Amino acid sequence: MMRMTAPLLEMEGIQKEFAGVRVLSDVQFSLYPGEVHALMGENGAGKSTLMKILGGVYEKDGGTVRIHGKEREITNPRQAGSLGIAMIHQELNLIPHLTVMENLFLGRESVFSRFGWIRWERMRQESRNWLERLGVDMDPTRKVSELSVGQQQMVEIARALSLEAKILVLDEPTAALTNREIESLFEVIRSLRKQGVGVVYISHRMEEISGICDRITVLRDGEYVGTRSVVETDMDELVRMMVGREVQSRYRRQPVAPGEERLRVEGLTRRGEVEDISFSIRAGEIVGLAGLMGAGRTETARLIFGVCQPDRGNVWVSGAKVEIRRPEDAIQHGIAFVTENRKDEGLVLPLSLRENLSLPNLDSLSSKGIIRGRKEESLVREQVERLRVKRNSLEQEVKTLSGGNQQKVVIGKWLALSPQVLILDEPTRGVDIGAKEEIYQLMDHLAREGMAILLISSDLPEVLGMSDRVLVMHEGRLKGEFTQEEATQEKVMTAASGGEVT
Amino acid sequence: MKAPLNPSTTRVGLAQKLGPLLGLGMIVIVLSMISRDFLSFTNIFNVLRQISINALLAFGMTFVILTGGIDLSVGSILALSGAFSAGMLAGGMDPVLAVLIGVTAGTVMGTANGVLVTKGRVAPFIATLATMTVYRGLTLVYTEGRPIAFDNDVFAMLGKGYFLEIPIPVFWMLGTFLILSFVLKNMTFGRHVYAVGGNEEAAMLSGVRTHRVKIGVYAISGFFSSLAGIILTSRLSSAQPTAGTTYELDAIAAVVLGGTSLAGGRGWITGTLIGAMIIGVLDNGLNLMNVSSFYQQVVKGGVILLAVLLDRSQKS
Repeated sequence: MMRMTAPLLEMEGIQKEFAGVRVLSDVQFSLYPGEVHALMGENGAGKSTLMKILGGVYEKDGGTVRIHGKEREITNPRQAGSLGIAMIHQELNLIPHLTVMENLFLGRESVFSRFGWIRWERMRQESRNWLERLGVDMDPTRKVSELSVGQQQMVEIARALSLEAKILVLDEPTAALTNREIESLFEVIRSLRKQGVGVVYISHRMEEISGICDRITVLRDGEYVGTRSVVETDMDELVRMMVGREVQSRYRRQPVAPGEERLRVEGLTRRGEVEDISFSIRAGEIVGLAGLMGAGRTETARLIFGVCQPDRGNVWVSGAKVEIRRPEDAIQHGIAFVTENRKDEGLVLPLSLRENLSLPNLDSLSSKGIIRGRKEESLVREQVERLRVKRNSLEQEVKTLSGGNQQKVVIGKWLALSPQVLILDEPTRGVDIGAKEEIYQLMDHLAREGMAILLISSDLPEVLGMSDRVLVMHEGRLKGEFTQEEATQEKVMTAASGGEVT
Repeated sequence: MKAPLNPSTTRVGLAQKLGPLLGLGMIVIVLSMISRDFLSFTNIFNVLRQISINALLAFGMTFVILTGGIDLSVGSILALSGAFSAGMLAGGMDPVLAVLIGVTAGTVMGTANGVLVTKGRVAPFIATLATMTVYRGLTLVYTEGRPIAFDNDVFAMLGKGYFLEIPIPVFWMLGTFLILSFVLKNMTFGRHVYAVGGNEEAAMLSGVRTHRVKIGVYAISGFFSSLAGIILTSRLSSAQPTAGTTYELDAIAAVVLGGTSLAGGRGWITGTLIGAMIIGVLDNGLNLMNVSSFYQQVVKGGVILLAVLLDRSQKS
């Protein structure tokens, strides 16, 4: 796919320091028109920093940036925009109460107005044109808040295009998308490629990268490791480049004979969300819960954990029927829930690592409501060492940790309770490969110690690789159950899409 | 792999803590140079006694603001609780009982705020704006719009008395400060307050009874507002129906000057004490300098703005 044209973007010898800590040293990166160039590396490898330098958020300490062959100093995001650089972040930057077209032309309404009166019809036409260029069929007068995350992303890309962006940076664009949405995003990327736009694609998902990208550049610990063409490399080499060592198998399980039943749910129903869910998990078992987004997997977990109340259905823990009205009750019955979204549900960002880790454990760490400082510190230290959380200190604000280490803190705060049942909701999303592997090892270890684990994940290879049994949900109902031997990607996907598996 | 260092977050902590103290120090130095009376023993305790009312309101307010809320009704709670106590005393009731009735009333009013905010899902600003008006109205109804005077030596001690030549309200203030510092720093309830303010959803999912915590902070705010009301009533030897009007603004200002974030989850009660002192010292200093009360307001507002602007520039 490489063309013999002049590069759109060349970055050479890029250096960056924060408070004396070198985060980028001598990094290079280039992008050609019509190319999709993946930027890979573990969390903390420097991908975001490099792209923030390109976007004018940070200023580089050394090196050169050339755009269309001309050396440029990019000092602020506005300037980056005028040079044709557009960033699409994981957190979308749209105004939910406004319509698609109002968002598309936010700040540029004057193009369509005469004496301050906006000619909406012309704005609608123009919006439709830009959306059609992406092959997206969308009503420009719809409110953004009514759109799915994937559709909102399309609006952002359309806005970038309408601003004549030539260099588009997509930061983990598929993290919150359904499989179908990912497919249409790829369609859009392909059409951008034809229009000569260069795309920088940041992602942790290998499958996607081999499907859509032309070249791959790998960073590790702020250094440039290498650039490969996608056809001449493979997953093993890339993982090696990222981690800096050989990684054997990604999923290592040593299954044990399951023990007594730890969790059983029967007929769990909440109108409009889930319908008649029944299953059980025994000690030492990892049960995968697969399904498309919105199939009701997270809702099931929230019902078990007492975040919402079921209309019908019962829960048993270790053979005893339990009444769970709120998360506190679930915790007391030995259920732990590692939630899907670290920043919204898992962590209290302004608090320290220590305070986050001890939060669900305060009851056992205090007497008469007074927290025992020593006890707290030793519990936190124990979990942090066990999970190998990389940190500067226990008093560090948890938001300054990398994604993988934040996830370890979320897991650690629950493990300290020694739960009987552990529910993991997308435990490896947005986590780098090194930390992913550690999480897999930990799950295996916990199962062998006799914990019952429910693994909710959209990453099919992960579900198939880690689970002893796989349950599949579709539109709020359980649509299939497979043993490890029976389960294949095809069968699970068929059941997840509502098809009958024979 | 190094944890990405965010250069701004490491600095803010210390700057947030030192800023208010430096500000207070500067104002004290300037005022002591201008007015010789300022640093005298009598004047210092005079200032401390004056700020005790605002400090008590601001301490409770700190708890509420730490959860991401606000309590506009503190001034009205102060007035109604004070009026109740005064009414009981005027009717010949035992002073201990009168005080108990006053603080119980304040706590109940605060709890009602909390219930509105949690169970009623009313935004804290709106809920307490409404109860501010309701409680003030009830005060006017109860007092029939006239001051309630009484004569009781024991009760008068609470606000007017001295112990070891130090005004008794100063003890109320410092005692409350020590207890609430301990609660915030060392008790599960305090930790829950920070957690709810920092991320309510995550706190709930970690087993924190978030509604209980929120009702708790409004109850605390109500309790200390009523305590402030009793001290004020004692000092004036009568309950005024309009007592405490706009006091909520000084209390919020003290909390903000102390570096507590209005967004919740971040802050400390020592900052609030310093914030209350800054406001008190300014009032006192400007009085000693015979600045007209009209200009005093301009200066006070200006100082608050300056403090917040300095804090902003440090963060960015």
